[in-house]
Amino acid sequence: MLGYIVRRLIGVVLLLFVVSAIAFGLFFLIPANPAQQACGKACNPERIAIIEHKLGLDKPLLTQYGQFLKGIVAGRDYGEGTQVTHCPAPCFGFSFTTDQPVWELIKDRFPVTLSIAVGAAVLWLVVGVSIGIVSALRRGTWFDKAAMTFALTGVSTPVYLTGIVALFFLSATWHVLPYPTYVAFTDDPLAWAQNLIMPWFTLAFVFAAMYARLTRASMLETMGEDYIRTARAKGLPERQVVGKHGLRAALTPIVTIFGLDLGQVLGGAILTETVFGLPGLGQLALRAVFNTDLPIVMGVVLVAAFFVVIMNLAVDLVYAVLDPKVRYS
Amino acid sequence: MPDRPAALGRPGPAALDTACLEVRDLRVHFPTDDGLVRAVDGLSFRVAKGRTLGIVGESGSGKSVTSLAILGLHDGTRARLSGEIWLGGDDVVTAGAERVRALRGSRMAMIFQDPLSALHPYFPVGAQIAEAYRVHTDVARRVARQRAVDMLGRVGIPQPQRRADDYPHQFSGGMRQRAMIAMALVNDPELLIADEPTTALDVTVQAQILELMSDLQREFGSAIVIVTHDLGVVAETADDVLVMYAGKAVEYGSVEDVFYRPEMPYTWGLLQSVARLDRVRQDRLRPIAGAPPSLITVPSGCAFHPRCPYCSLTDGKGEAAVPALEETAPGHLVACHLPPPARRRIFAEEIKPRLQPATGGQR
Repeated sequence: MLGYIVRRLIGVVLLLFVVSAIAFGLFFLIPANPAQQACGKACNPERIAIIEHKLGLDKPLLTQYGQFLKGIVAGRDYGEGTQVTHCPAPCFGFSFTTDQPVWELIKDRFPVTLSIAVGAAVLWLVVGVSIGIVSALRRGTWFDKAAMTFALTGVSTPVYLTGIVALFFLSATWHVLPYPTYVAFTDDPLAWAQNLIMPWFTLAFVFAAMYARLTRASMLETMGEDYIRTARAKGLPERQVVGKHGLRAALTPIVTIFGLDLGQVLGGAILTETVFGLPGLGQLALRAVFNTDLPIVMGVVLVAAFFVVIMNLAVDLVYAVLDPKVRYS
Repeated sequence: MPDRPAALGRPGPAALDTACLEVRDLRVHFPTDDGLVRAVDGLSFRVAKGRTLGIVGESGSGKSVTSLAILGLHDGTRARLSGEIWLGGDDVVTAGAERVRALRGSRMAMIFQDPLSALHPYFPVGAQIAEAYRVHTDVARRVARQRAVDMLGRVGIPQPQRRADDYPHQFSGGMRQRAMIAMALVNDPELLIADEPTTALDVTVQAQILELMSDLQREFGSAIVIVTHDLGVVAETADDVLVMYAGKAVEYGSVEDVFYRPEMPYTWGLLQSVARLDRVRQDRLRPIAGAPPSLITVPSGCAFHPRCPYCSLTDGKGEAAVPALEETAPGHLVACHLPPPARRRIFAEEIKPRLQPATGGQR
């Protein structure tokens, strides 16, 4: 098991390496000259040459990539002599537009994304799975029909519609909830939650709908299995047949999907953050793309990839605990 | 055979004392969009303590539906049950769900066809057996585990203490079925229903499992109902045989009666379709012509008449009337319109020679 984890961690590093190479390649694949972007509007060829030299763009591609990686691991210095700018590890460079260190930006934005992701994840997991279970157990009843209508609405309503409708009614018309601004949890937990309720529900709506459908299908399949009949044949009360034998098998695949979804949302809930104007990673990345602010794009891409890959690993490890047939060696 | 039932219809109250299971006029119908499926339609039989009844028939003859009905495992919203299923003093059909649940696993237990899918993949085998024990016996977890280990040892699992912590996929097919048997017997049930217990197993393991079941029956004194389409299994284990066709009993008797003096053409068909090496080699096996009937539109009269080669000898009764299950010899019941002398003649002249062993004379 330990050997497996070590091997997987090496795999994680290799995968991130590949992602970093692709992200780095963006620099040179897109038509814009990075130095031109960094220089801004008032620019002349001499300044561009200076910036190219400072960013190391005049060096061979491989050397540049090496320095980029070194920056992430150990930090790096830009420029020479008296004009040295130190960028401590993990260094993703400086924003072309604001000149702030990318890592600082990411660190500032991450708590916002984390708050949105965790709150929404708890919500969609609890709501989606509960609805799915009850729907499966009462298949064909009005509850099931209503729940599946809700689920179909959920999966087919995009976040930007739900979000705007929620904003219009709850904030603008009825003034039930504040227009979301981010308040740090450590500053005021109540205001934190109050501001995030709408984003949580909006994001969770799509996922809850998906999870309700998944759980229902998984539960229906499980309840038709022979071992459920065996559990009944033992004389187990129906509550235990469902709650122990049924759920144990039906929820195992849900865990996998949940890990992957959470990993993805942690890398930035772009639509939710944009609709509610919350300064998370997704919004950071989106703006950076519009401004061709390449260091930020690269930084966020790498961080997002990190979460996806790490959650993947976590899911695999949890699965080994959940499913006795899976034994890693 | 002192405790073989004299008749299936209405036994006297005295007979109840020795009967472990008594099924009277059981009907299991499933309303579907296509019509009413009469899976079991007026079935009656008894099994005495310590004896084994084999229920045989083709797929869809109602065998498995019957066994699930006895355990009360049919979904009440989808199946319509009527008749009586007496287990001791309880009628499974009319007793409340909670009462039947208490009987299930304690006084009656079941072994299923495919032990891999019948065991929960995510719980250790020992824990699944211990759970079955704890449902009906108020004991500590540790005591239940010891009981599970003892049962695993009893059914011939080596190193039961260690293997109890294994998961089903770590067991071989035969061991899984042994574990299923251990689980079924953990509460010393009076009645054990085995639904195709050896069908999913390797041939070499089948005999071991059957032997184990008869050993345990001698030890625990349970009544056993073996539901199968494998006549070899029935010949090996059963005392009495019930042949089912389209949800009804068509022949009932001791193993000797049904195997050596069968009188119902459907039973003849079943016996002839068994592959045997000690029989005169024929070019082909003789399958029963036609297909099992639809249980929604059961053929009129005798349900077997469209496939019966002797239907023309019944003066049209085959198509017109449902034959009653009547005694043809003490303890031997047959539902057939052919007059008994004709049945015996046809069997002796046409059927029996085909069933003869190639060498050595009559068995």
